[in-house]
Amino acid sequence: MKKRRKLGRGVAIVGAGMSKFGMFADKNSKDLFAEAFNEMLASIDKGVDPGEIDALYLGNFSNDFFMHQSHWGPIITDLIGITPKPATRTEGACASSALAFREGVFAIASGFYDIVLVGGLEEMSKRSTEEVAEGLALATVPYEGTAGFTFPGVFGAIATAYFAKYGANREHLMNVTIKSHSNAPLNPKAQFPLTIRDMMNKKIESAKKKGVDTPQWSDEKDFLKDPRANPVVAWPMHLYDCCPISDGASCMLLVAEDIAKNFTDDPIYLAGMGQGSGRGLHACDDLTYFEATRYAAKEAYEMSGLKPNDVQFAEVHDCFSIAELLHIEDLGFFEPGEGYKAVADGLTRLDGSKPINTSGGLKCKGHPVGATGISQLYEIWTQLKGKAGNRQIPISDLRVGGAHNLGGTGGTCTFTILERR
Amino acid sequence: MEERPFSDISFEKYLNEEKLMGNRCKQCNALFIPPRPICIACHSTDMNWVEMSGKGKLSAYTCISIGPSFMRAEGYDRHNPYCSGVVELEEGARVDARIEGVDPKEPENINVGMSLRVKFLHREDHKTYLAFEPV
Repeated sequence: MKKRRKLGRGVAIVGAGMSKFGMFADKNSKDLFAEAFNEMLASIDKGVDPGEIDALYLGNFSNDFFMHQSHWGPIITDLIGITPKPATRTEGACASSALAFREGVFAIASGFYDIVLVGGLEEMSKRSTEEVAEGLALATVPYEGTAGFTFPGVFGAIATAYFAKYGANREHLMNVTIKSHSNAPLNPKAQFPLTIRDMMNKKIESAKKKGVDTPQWSDEKDFLKDPRANPVVAWPMHLYDCCPISDGASCMLLVAEDIAKNFTDDPIYLAGMGQGSGRGLHACDDLTYFEATRYAAKEAYEMSGLKPNDVQFAEVHDCFSIAELLHIEDLGFFEPGEGYKAVADGLTRLDGSKPINTSGGLKCKGHPVGATGISQLYEIWTQLKGKAGNRQIPISDLRVGGAHNLGGTGGTCTFTILERR
Repeated sequence: MEERPFSDISFEKYLNEEKLMGNRCKQCNALFIPPRPICIACHSTDMNWVEMSGKGKLSAYTCISIGPSFMRAEGYDRHNPYCSGVVELEEGARVDARIEGVDPKEPENINVGMSLRVKFLHREDHKTYLAFEPV
């Protein structure tokens, strides 16, 4: 018999921070984590003495590969001055820091710790594009690698299966990209704070400056269909379907619910969380959904007692445009095969009925893989606190948001629901 | 048939001998390819090797312009993309494979559902890639 998941005691988030995401030649992982940590400390209304932090859980996928440096836990405890407090690193590919968040929750819920720092970091931009692609491909399933699949390749194949089953096409993927890029300029942390129209204007300006023929595009989709502006990476994934290579860090302070008000009058609470595992493409019955996401969502909904309709907005793991369509269906926001229509109808825009990726998503905010999970929760926290500035969701009673993080090619997926009481 | 362990290494050795081999659970009849040491349907370890016909249909595909180093070493790049796909075998199981005999520069002309047959790509290092081509 399946047990209903519950915590030994509740957990609240009393502070959160993230570095700016981007490609930084003059900043390393420590600099970025310090940026996130300092913002987190400043976000706690009544303050916290860092010496009171009981432990650190840190998500990092592969700085071992990207930076030839492993064992980041104690490097970070030393950086922020909490040594000899224990540090534990979690790895779940691109879902590494969502796992750190979960471990932090378990540590508090068990009664063992009261105040836990959870975070994530990744430094990728010092490697060439080919090297990064090779590093990320370490998280595919072995049979996919030998068949020549890259990460964009796996999601490209998923897109062809989705197109064939539901009648969607490339234009529907472009709707996702255009929507994400329209949110990004409103997020000061985003790597690409530009709309597609801004990108078009930039290219036109640059052509004028160089004195070469000025490109002509009738609209955003015409631009995205132009192979010079938007070259293919792994059909049907083109450059603007793919998230960038990024550096960044993120963190949150978790505390036991009964002491949360010592830190802030307005804590955000964990309502539900789930995690699932998946399998390789060849072992899936159907390539148009992620088994791991559906399992994670079911657990999170059961634990919270909430339904997909209760989750007012979400961050979902749009490592590739097609992925966003699968996630909004797998999380129950839309029926299978209906996600692309919902995006086309504008329902997932900032002013739609179910805003998705108000941060700009991985596509525009950036995707320093180990930092992503907690950066998604940071966006939910920021929106629930009403601190999202120009990208604040225009819903008067914003109380429940969810963050979906995916690792590898769907091998590790999490869904976490936060609420403001 | 000789007794080989139900492993990735055995699967690769069979490919090298131009045989596409999976295994079937004697308890519940589930079919796996590549072979598995443990049945994921009933957890039995009582299995039989079975040879696949090599016929199948394309379930999903991609044409890759930026590949891993071993594909770049074969001369594939932005100007010379290659096709990888998921193939549903007529026996019902699916495999990841290279797709040959299609034009990766014209990806819209490649169709999910198209009929394929197995092809074994032998490499200089005596390993063999699983591939399929249109019938």
